[in-house]
Amino acid sequence: MSEGGAAANGRIGIKVVVNGSIHEDKVEPRLLLVHYLRETLGLTGTHVGCDTTNCGACTILMEAEGKWRAVKSCTMFAVQADGRKLLTIEGLAKDGELHPMQNAFWENHALQCGYCTPGMIMAAIGLLQYKPEPTEEEVRKGISGNLCRCTGYQNIVKAIMQGSKQMSANKQTIG
Amino acid sequence: MYPRKFDYYAPKTLSQALQLISEKGEDAKILAGGQSLIPMMKLRLASPAFVVDLNGIKELSYIKSEGGTMKLGSMTRHADIEHSSVVASKAPIMVEAASQIADQQVRNLGTIGGSLCHADPSADWPAVVLALDAELEAKGTVERVIRSKDFFKGPFETALSQAEILTEVRFRIPPAKSGYSYTKFERKAGDFATVGVATQLEMGEDGTVSKARIALTAAGPAPFRAEEAEKLITGQRPTAELVEKAAKAASDASDPAPDLRGSAEYKKDMARVFTKRSIRSALERAGVSI
Ligand SMILES: Cc1cc2nc3c(=O)[nH]c(=O)nc-3n(C[C@H](O)[C@H](O)[C@H](O)COP(=O)(O)OP(=O)(O)OC[C@H]3O[C@@H](n4cnc5c(N)ncnc54)[C@H](O)[C@@H]3O)c2cc1C
Ligand code: FES
Ligand code: FES
Repeated sequence: MSEGGAAANGRIGIKVVVNGSIHEDKVEPRLLLVHYLRETLGLTGTHVGCDTTNCGACTILMEAEGKWRAVKSCTMFAVQADGRKLLTIEGLAKDGELHPMQNAFWENHALQCGYCTPGMIMAAIGLLQYKPEPTEEEVRKGISGNLCRCTGYQNIVKAIMQGSKQMSANKQTIG
Repeated sequence: MYPRKFDYYAPKTLSQALQLISEKGEDAKILAGGQSLIPMMKLRLASPAFVVDLNGIKELSYIKSEGGTMKLGSMTRHADIEHSSVVASKAPIMVEAASQIADQQVRNLGTIGGSLCHADPSADWPAVVLALDAELEAKGTVERVIRSKDFFKGPFETALSQAEILTEVRFRIPPAKSGYSYTKFERKAGDFATVGVATQLEMGEDGTVSKARIALTAAGPAPFRAEEAEKLITGQRPTAELVEKAAKAASDASDPAPDLRGSAEYKKDMARVFTKRSIRSALERAGVSI
């Protein structure tokens, strides 16, 4: 890792924990985190929609000071994730069982084309880090950084309400 | 979209960061939350040769309330402010503003210092720090304190020099008998303001307004304090007519640019409407009915 004063030309070594597995790679500083996840690690569940920080399709969770936070991975450099834990949509299902939030999306028909879905689910879980049992209004605000061009949001909101109740009942905060 | 190539530095201390930006000069850019800089780099509106990332500098991220003064490190995230119980009790206007900036994800990374230094003429924090009469502390070869009133110079332009880092935002905690409001008019969820008005009022024992600060964003080339409006209500017992007059004065002082959010004429009128709402809501919170 390049610290103060250390020459940083060319590629930089990073070490990240993604969905529980450690990865070490040398990356160009300009490589965006979303491209690192998709192209270097092959985790293509995280989508690129707008590439301009507006649509939320690239949302993942990142740990900062022991707290998980939803961030837009198209608006971070991979080098900034050095030393951090990340969670992507691929890290949610366990032993072939869908995560309660994924399950709620399925049961509520909260997706049509599915392009926005991974980002929606990660933003929803991100919201629950602040408000474990959000109101409908809080859910709508919480996903205001995520665009869906198919569903009209009604079923997404229903799904998040159900998923949050299930996660609370399971005393589950993340995965 | 890929930015141009750059060299990346992640100093662990403020002094290392200062040394780096003074060594690298004009070609260096500071990276805070990255929520304005990275989009600009992707669009190649900014192409720094050196990027100095402040995210590893723990000493720049804090919220403290000390002897009547509130202090926030420049790397404090919008979301940290939004969810801080200290800020909620001492300076609730900041919570009200933070929760209206962009969306959850952008707030989790974007910082108050980054927003102030970026100085987007439609950003929310500038109006709020003006209404709080905040002081901004910057470090370069020397340390200096800039009054928020003197900080914003024009669109994307501040009083900082290239070799300075904004380190702290601080202000006197408003007294108990005060009212506040950050009233933002946005065209769609998460958008920048069409107009935003920050009002912080203090009430005297006799029911008159003892101090008024009214600041507008997205209403001119830089955020500004509507000083005529402030004067009109200071020392007065507030009435509906007086608030109307003050709102008109704020609108007269505005000089908005026409864009997708509306014509200059429309925005000027919205400056009046939202200043009125902002003052009314601040008065209501101060326990004054008009
Ligand atoms: C989709 C979207 C919607 C948004 N909506 C809003 C909104 O509604 N309201 C609003 O106010 N903002 C909005 N923003 C902007 C957002 O708040 C940014 O976080 C903020 O403007 C910049 O803060 P940052 O920490 O991300 O700074 P960066 O992007 O890292 O930096 C911005 C600039 O400031 C300089 N800089 C940063 N920190 C310092 C420092 N400590 N000292 C000296 N220079 C420094 C950098 O060199 C750079 O030039 C939005 C952004 C996006 C992407
Ligand atoms: S791809 Fe990142 S916000 Fe749209
Ligand atoms: S399901 Fe198609 S964009 Fe949301």
